Amino acid sequence: MGGINGRAMNLTLKVWRQAGPGAEGRFETYQAEGISSDASFLEMLDVVNEGLIEQGDEPIAFSHDCREGICGSCALMINGVAHGPVKGAATCQVHMRSFGDGEQITVEPWRASAFPVVKDLVVDRTALDRIIQVGGFISAPTGGARDANEILVAKPDADEAMDAAACIGCGACVAACPNGSASLFTSAKVTHLGMLPQGQPERSRRVVAMVAQMDEEGFGGCSLFGECQEACPKLISIDTINRMHHDYLRAVLTLRPERSGAGEG
Amino acid sequence: MELNSRTPAGPIEQQWDRARFEYKLVNPANKRKYDVIVVGAGLAGASAAATLAELGYNVHCFVYHDSPRRAHSIAAQGGINAAKNYQNDGDSVRRLFYDTVKGGDFRARESNVYRLAQNSVNIIDQAVAQGVPFAREYGGLLANRSFGGAQVSRTFYARGQTGQQLLLGAYQQMMRMVGTGQVKLHTMHEMLDLVVEDGVARGIVVRDMRTGEIRSHSAHAVVLCTGGYGNVFYLSTNAKYSNATAIWRAYKRGAAFGNPCFTQIHPTCIPQSGEHQSKLVLMSESLRNDGRVWVPKRKEDCAKAPDQIPEQDRDYYLERRYPSFGNLAPRDIASRAAKVVCDEGRGVGPGGLGVYLDFADAIKRLGEEKIRERYGNLFDMYANITGENPYKVPMRIYPAVHYTMGGLWVDYDLQSTIPGLFVAGEANFSDHGANRLGASALMQGLSDGYFILPYTIGNYLAGVKGGPIANTGAAFKAVEAEVDGRMKRLLSINGKRTPDSIHKELGRLMWEKCGMERTREGLTEALAEIPKLREEFWHNVRVPGSENDLNQALEKAGRIADFLELGELMVRDALHREESCGGHFRAEYQTEEGEALRDDEKFAYVAAWEYRGDDQAPALHKEPLVFENVKLAQRSYK
Repeated sequence: MGGINGRAMNLTLKVWRQAGPGAEGRFETYQAEGISSDASFLEMLDVVNEGLIEQGDEPIAFSHDCREGICGSCALMINGVAHGPVKGAATCQVHMRSFGDGEQITVEPWRASAFPVVKDLVVDRTALDRIIQVGGFISAPTGGARDANEILVAKPDADEAMDAAACIGCGACVAACPNGSASLFTSAKVTHLGMLPQGQPERSRRVVAMVAQMDEEGFGGCSLFGECQEACPKLISIDTINRMHHDYLRAVLTLRPERSGAGEG
Repeated sequence: MELNSRTPAGPIEQQWDRARFEYKLVNPANKRKYDVIVVGAGLAGASAAATLAELGYNVHCFVYHDSPRRAHSIAAQGGINAAKNYQNDGDSVRRLFYDTVKGGDFRARESNVYRLAQNSVNIIDQAVAQGVPFAREYGGLLANRSFGGAQVSRTFYARGQTGQQLLLGAYQQMMRMVGTGQVKLHTMHEMLDLVVEDGVARGIVVRDMRTGEIRSHSAHAVVLCTGGYGNVFYLSTNAKYSNATAIWRAYKRGAAFGNPCFTQIHPTCIPQSGEHQSKLVLMSESLRNDGRVWVPKRKEDCAKAPDQIPEQDRDYYLERRYPSFGNLAPRDIASRAAKVVCDEGRGVGPGGLGVYLDFADAIKRLGEEKIRERYGNLFDMYANITGENPYKVPMRIYPAVHYTMGGLWVDYDLQSTIPGLFVAGEANFSDHGANRLGASALMQGLSDGYFILPYTIGNYLAGVKGGPIANTGAAFKAVEAEVDGRMKRLLSINGKRTPDSIHKELGRLMWEKCGMERTREGLTEALAEIPKLREEFWHNVRVPGSENDLNQALEKAGRIADFLELGELMVRDALHREESCGGHFRAEYQTEEGEALRDDEKFAYVAAWEYRGDDQAPALHKEPLVFENVKLAQRSYK
C-alpha cells in the first residue's frame, strides 16, 4: 500500500445521506475495503466515492478543499466527535491509522440549526460570514495606512492575537456545543482584533454588533461547557470567550450612541 | 491579435507615477453607475473587491466556496516579501526588483516587476493597519526572515500561516463592504464561461452550485482572480477545487494565454505515500533557513536509517553545488537538484523519491525550543501526515507542482487581450517570469488587488458609458445555452470511467513528459496522447446524479474537461520553447554543469497563445522582452 508504515484496512461506514435541504435524511452503510492506514479520512471517502460512481450511484457529498487543515472546508462528525479522534486536527488531517481494522465508523454532518444541510454531509455555514460582516474587521480602507513599524505591538500581545486569529472558520465549535453556540468563533475574532492597538477604536461597537448577529442567526448561548475548545482544530482557548464577555459588558456599559456620519460600518 | 504591453515611457522608477497621473479618473458621483464583477476571493480577488467597493463601484464577487475565506491563498505558509529594509541589510526596491527578474530567469516584463517591488512596502503598511498579526520582535517592531533566492532578510510572516492571515485581512475588508452593500457576494457560484459582446467583456455565466441554476451576470468590467492551474497534474499542492475553468473559458473567448508551460515545482513537499494520494502537502520553504538538505553519497546507504549514515557519507548537495546560497537556492534549482540525486539512485524513502531535510544541526545550535517556536506548526503537520517525529528523524521531502507562473496574458494595466477583462494574481502571467521566488505570490496578489486594479479599472471605465447593462442579449443567451448543453452532455455520456481516473492519467502524463524535465521526444508523445485521453473522457466518463442540485462529480468533470485541453497547450508551449529557463528545463538545453541554458537570441519573449477553434492549432504571438535595467546574464547562485 506504499508509505513507510502503511497497512491495508477494511471498515464499515454508516454515512448520513440527505438529498437536499428539505429532504429527509437517513444512514446508509458502505464497506471501505483495502484502505491504506496512511490514507487520510477524506482519501478513504474518495475511494468509497470512486466505487459509487463506477456503479452509477451518486457519490457522498462532503466539503473539502485544501486538505491540509487551513481552509476550514471539511466538517465531519466522526463517531459523534467534530473532526474525529485527533485533537487539534481538522477532518482532512485525520489519518486512517487512528482507526482499527474492521471498525465501524459513523459519519454525519455538523448538526446545528444555524447550519442547514445542503446535501449529505455538506452544510451551509454562511451565518459565520455574516457575523464577521457586522464587525469582525478593522476599518482600514486601502491607501490610508502609515508605515507599518510606526505601530508597535508587544510580542506577547501579537502572539495572543495570532493564537486567536488562527481560527479557520470550520464551525466545529458550533457543532460540538450542546447549545449550538458560535461563541468560540466570535470570541476568537473579538480577541484577535481586540489585542491589537489598531483594533481599539472599534472594539466596543465590534463586540456588540457581532454578539447581536450571533443571536440573530439562531446560534445558541454559551454555558461554558468547554466542548468547543476540545473540538477546535486550532486549539483556540475558551479564555477568548471570557474576554468577549468582558468586552461585551464593558461595551454595553460605556458605548455611546452613534451619530450619523460617523463613518461606514 | 496585437500584443501591446502599454508600458509607460520614461525611466523605470517613474513609470508607475506617470501612469497613475495619466490614467483617467471617474467622478465620485459617477462611480455608482459602474458594475464590476470579481471572480474569486483569494488575495487578489478579495483585495480588489474591497478596494473597488471602497472607491464606490458596485462590485459583484463570485466564489465557488461556501465562504470567501476558503480561497487557496489561505494555505500559503512562509511569508510575504517587501523591500522595507527594516533589517538594514542592504535591501531596496531596486534589489527586490533585481532579485525577482533574475529569479524569474529573465522572462518577466521589467516594468511590471519594478512596480511590484514598489508596491511591496505599501502592502505591509496596509496589512498591519488591518490587524494582520505579523511576527514581532520584543521591542514591538516587525520581524523578518530570509527566503530562497535572496541574500537579504525581507520576508514578513505570521508563524507558518502568513497566507491565512493576509487573506483574512483582505476578506475582512471585503466583508465590511458586503455589510455596506457595496459588494454583493455570491457564494457557491462557479463561473463557467465569459460573455463577450461587441468585442468587450460584458459578463459571466455562472452555475449556482446549490440548485444547478445557470445564470448570467453583466458588468462594465470583469476581473478574474481565479488562481493557478497546477491541478492539471492531478497531484499538486493546490487545493482540490483549484482549477483553470475561468481562465480557460476566457482563453477560448479570445484572451491570449501567456507562457502556459512555466510551472513551478516546489522542492520541499511531503513525498507521496500511496495510490490513494489525493494531493501533496507543501512544507514551507522557510524550513530551508535552518534545515540542511542531503542524501547518502552511496546508493547502498539509502535503505539505512539516517542516523546510521555518518557525516562523511552524506552529500549536502545544495551546499556543495551552490556554496553562496546553499540550502536557500531558488525553488527551480533546488527541485532539479533533488531530481538529479534521485535519478542517480540516491533518493530515500518509498520508491527512492525523497531527500532528507535535516534539523539536527540547527537543534544542536539553537535548541529544540527555538526550532519549535519558528516551525512548530510545520513540524506538527509533518508528524501528523507521516507519523514520524521530525525533531528526532530528518524530514523526507520531494518536489511537487506548486504554482503556475503562466496564465492569461495581461498588459501593464492587467488587462487581457479582451477589453474590459482584467486578470490578477496567479491567474495572470505577469511578474514571475519562468520561476517565482518564495514569498512573492502573496506580494503579487495583493499588489494587483489593492494597488493596481483600482487605478487601471478606473481608467478603463472612464472611457465606458455607465448605467445598467442588459444580461438578456443574444450573446448572453448563446453562452448560457452552451454552458447548459455542456452540463447535459457530461451527464449523458454514462461511460465506465470515473472523472478522477482520467484526471490521474492526465496528471501522470503531464508529470512525466511536461514536469521537472522535458524533452522534445517526450513532449511530442504527450502531444499525441492528450487528444486520445480527451476522446476517452468525452466517450467513456461517468457522471452520476442530476444537474439540478449540488453535484460534486459534475463540477469536477467540467474542470477536468478543461484541464484536458489546457494540458495540451502547456505541452505545445514547452515544445516550442527550445531553451531552458527557470522551471522550464529542456534536457537538450543545459550547460556542462547541468544548469538551465537560456537562448536569449531566440526566446527572450513572452509566448502568448491565441485560440483559433477546437480543430485548429493555436496561433503563437510574441511579446519581446527588453532588459534595460537588469543585465541579461546566466543566473548564478554558486
